Amino acid sequence: MMPGEAFLSAAVQAAMVMLLIGMVMVLFRLAKGPGAADRVIAMDLLSVLVVAFLVVLSIHTRETTYMDVAIAYACIAFLGTIALVRFIHRASVQKQHRRTKKTAGRSLPNHSGEENHD
Amino acid sequence: MIEYISGLLVIIGSFFCLVASVGLIRLPDVLTRMHAATKAGSLGAGLLVTAHALLYQQLGISLRAVTIVALLLFTAPVAAHLIGRTAYRSGEALSDRTWVDELKGQNNSLDDSPPD
Repeated sequence: MMPGEAFLSAAVQAAMVMLLIGMVMVLFRLAKGPGAADRVIAMDLLSVLVVAFLVVLSIHTRETTYMDVAIAYACIAFLGTIALVRFIHRASVQKQHRRTKKTAGRSLPNHSGEENHD
Repeated sequence: MIEYISGLLVIIGSFFCLVASVGLIRLPDVLTRMHAATKAGSLGAGLLVTAHALLYQQLGISLRAVTIVALLLFTAPVAAHLIGRTAYRSGEALSDRTWVDELKGQNNSLDDSPPD
């Protein structure tokens, strides 16, 4: 084996170990994180780490198809993050409306119309 | 020669990904965690993709690498902005050591401008 290839192979193995340690830490934050926003951030970083790991795996196995998988995963992860953020937003709008209704004793006028589905 | 450059980029990129994860564990509140995760994570993944493109030096691989980097760099700020905005407006607690909060006292209600 050429010395360059040996160095690259060692670098790829070290990178895999580092990325896996990072994923474990992100999963710890995902399980612990005090609020919903912390968990969404952890999901977002986890998807970035998965994309990075797919690229490293593509170098390791010399199979360039993993790059296509990484492209598709990056698209889907963004959509998932946006959907989760909108979900949190709607839930906190409903919570705020309940709180103001309780203190004011009457229902608030509806501004955006999106939180009145129930 | 190109293997050495590429291997160095792989090590640096995965180190930045590890730094992003450490920041997610260590930093005190939502906004700083979002800051660490977005910047360092995007930089690390971008360096890894660059290493892959340097290693192969083919047009198809380079185009895929450019697509991945563009996707990461376009989507990460949008997602970070939405997460931070929603977290602040829904009243997530800031860290004790925050001493500048320029949004305090302004109109931070949730429903006058939904994140569309």
